[in-house]
Amino acid sequence: MAKFIYILKRLGAMLLTLIVIYVMSFVLIKLLPVEKSIGQGNAARIEEARREALGYNKPIMEQLWIYTKNILTKWDWGTSWKIDYMADVGDVIASRLPPTMLINVYSLLFSIPMGVMLGIFAAIKKNRWQDQVISVLIMLFISVPSYVYAFLVQYILGFKAGWFPLVTSSLYDAGGSWFSWTMFHSMVLPVLSLSFGDIAGLARFTRAELTEQLSSDYMLLARTKGLTRSQATVRHALKNAMVPILPSIISMFVGVIGGSLIIEQIFGVPGIGALFLKSINLKDYDVFMASSMFYTVIGLAANILIDLSYGFLDPRIRMGER
Amino acid sequence: MDIRNIPKEKLQFAEGGLQLHDQKFETKPIGFLKDAWLRFKKNKGSIVAAIIILLIILFAVFGPVFSSYAVSDCDANYALCRPDLGLGLPFWNGDKEMRLNDNYLALLYGIGFGAEDYDGNGNVTWQQATDSEYACIVSTKDSVMESGMHYTYCDVDTVMRVGFSYQTITDVEYERIKDWENANGIRVIYPMIDYDSEFCMDPDDANCWYKSIGKVPITKEGGRASLEYLQANGFEDNYKRDAEGKVVDYVNKDKTMIQVRVLYYNYYRYMHDGSRPTHIFGTDGQGYDIFIRLASGARISLLLAFGVSIINLTIGAFYGAIEGYYGGVTDMIMERISDILADVPFIIVATLFQQHFVQTGKVSAFTGLLFAFVLTGWLGTAYRVRTQFYRFKNQEYVLAARTLGASDMRIMWKHIFPNSLGTIITSSVLVIPSVIFSESMLSFLGIVNFQSKDMTSIGTLLSNGQKYLSTDPHVIFFPAVIISLLMISFNLFGNGLRDAFNPSLRGTEE
Repeated sequence: MAKFIYILKRLGAMLLTLIVIYVMSFVLIKLLPVEKSIGQGNAARIEEARREALGYNKPIMEQLWIYTKNILTKWDWGTSWKIDYMADVGDVIASRLPPTMLINVYSLLFSIPMGVMLGIFAAIKKNRWQDQVISVLIMLFISVPSYVYAFLVQYILGFKAGWFPLVTSSLYDAGGSWFSWTMFHSMVLPVLSLSFGDIAGLARFTRAELTEQLSSDYMLLARTKGLTRSQATVRHALKNAMVPILPSIISMFVGVIGGSLIIEQIFGVPGIGALFLKSINLKDYDVFMASSMFYTVIGLAANILIDLSYGFLDPRIRMGER
Repeated sequence: MDIRNIPKEKLQFAEGGLQLHDQKFETKPIGFLKDAWLRFKKNKGSIVAAIIILLIILFAVFGPVFSSYAVSDCDANYALCRPDLGLGLPFWNGDKEMRLNDNYLALLYGIGFGAEDYDGNGNVTWQQATDSEYACIVSTKDSVMESGMHYTYCDVDTVMRVGFSYQTITDVEYERIKDWENANGIRVIYPMIDYDSEFCMDPDDANCWYKSIGKVPITKEGGRASLEYLQANGFEDNYKRDAEGKVVDYVNKDKTMIQVRVLYYNYYRYMHDGSRPTHIFGTDGQGYDIFIRLASGARISLLLAFGVSIINLTIGAFYGAIEGYYGGVTDMIMERISDILADVPFIIVATLFQQHFVQTGKVSAFTGLLFAFVLTGWLGTAYRVRTQFYRFKNQEYVLAARTLGASDMRIMWKHIFPNSLGTIITSSVLVIPSVIFSESMLSFLGIVNFQSKDMTSIGTLLSNGQKYLSTDPHVIFFPAVIISLLMISFNLFGNGLRDAFNPSLRGTEE
């Protein structure tokens, strides 16, 4: 019961934060100079009607009310005026989700096993040369910004070796499917550049947790009662080390939807990050508002999931206790 | 004997004459900072990192002093020059490997030949032309046949490749150049080309000084000259000549201006009081010197990072101290405020700041970005300070201070704060790389615009360089190296500080 109340409390706090950010962003975005309508003839009349319905000529607070009402009753996030003329913003965002999610899912599928395995290996070989090599590499890959390896892989694997295309294919080039071979092949470079940082981060985390577990008393007990080193490591140390690692993996999965703005920009991925940047440059404010909210919700959801998953994974952490 | 009634003359204090005190320390006391320094010193990685940071700061501060260029210097003729250290090394010498077809190869050989043949006599041997100071083909490598065309791989000097160019100047300027030529014995003005003739392949290109048909140089008899023929007999010049057959130095453009053909390298020396173009890190696509732009960009990034770090430290320390010290309702309300702020995505804040204040011209891009960073940046420091205050505020020494009547302010800043100093310093140092990274990301994405004649940032340099990644990777290489070095060193340095300020690690040696 205490658990349930705690979850409700957290959700309530999240909702409150969301509302504050929502109102503030809406007001700030609406304070920016409004672009004139661009339609002609019949399109102009439809556009005017649509603007009227969204209350573009009314005071900002009234617009906020209309906008909120539309979202709550019809899941209508406004209209895109520049990126996809007169298209529904919800649809625009939904159409940009697949490439972003695909690239990030591929990257996670690659980096989670790699990162965890490297971390375990380094922890087992602690203070030997293998550990030292891995630690130096981890330090390098965590510190160097992701766009630097993006340039490196783009130049070496893409340009010099010519193994992969320099930019991601469009849906049309890939034969209309997100899962075609052409698409996958063109996504290898962004996936690689996204993965390095994740692998290094996970490996460092795993190594730190596992070394701590390996040197604890229950490991001594496990060895004393006759388990081999590997049995004790897998059955006891690894299980305990996973308690803090799993929540971070869960939050990585939530981050999948958000993607990485900079990697998308470098490899020309037609994803949600590109949409966000485009909406700023073209001053397509409804899209900007909706994608801002999208990022906010993802951030909030990731935070809350980490918090809750700690409690579920480790019964010693009582949720809601101070 | 009764102790209470000791006669006065018999009473003696046992140790009355002695002054009792502890012996003085023979060694110097080790203070908080000294202790940290002793531990920091042992960490070799952090020391190296600190040195690298210092070097980059020196580069950012003093780089412009040692460079012969200013940040706003831009010479479009020298766009995309390769980095040249000027030491004659086999690499980093301003050369670029190019694949040239025969016509283009002849054109580039023609630059060295033309530079030596300034009278139009044609009495220059091929050896003289290739050994010339102004020859741009440094060495030739293999040649290949590809789809019927003959290509040669060459190392080309990117500064000399510019060759000749047309300049429109006044009579006075012309006289001044002539005087300078005589004084220094360096030839700047070369014969004009007869660009109305049928043998001129491109009237706008001052490098096409020899007779050619359809881009192919011709022989004396008017046939197509092969490279072997050129090596034996040289080029046929296409100079403009007067009635007596002497070459002409200039043509009148209009009433006041004349057009001359200059060897750009020497013209550059004339313009810059004899100094040669030296681009240690090369030039970018517009002709800006990368060394000076990078120093200036690094300076902006570092200034921003230090500024953010100091402001965060101040706000965070006050906020966290008040939260932690008073606790209760004050703490709860302030925590909720920071909870909400913490969840505001930074990128959206930065974008809105730029849209509202920078693009409307109210503040500069730098200030706008500084505000965006500060808005949520202090939360981390505040959180750490709050934790430290919670830890220390009920300890005995604080109780003692309070009993002696110290005010809240005194207890907070004199007694508790110094104890949390280590954590705070560490977190402010670790803020620096994250600010540098975020700044470079935002300017790379174009959300923040640092692109101007007098200002740039590392992110802007990277985003400009991305266009040339496949053809001229040096444009992006140097900014990428500097930012990677900065990130690695600040992280190592920060980790070293964290260990140094952690007294529980005292005496533990691994």
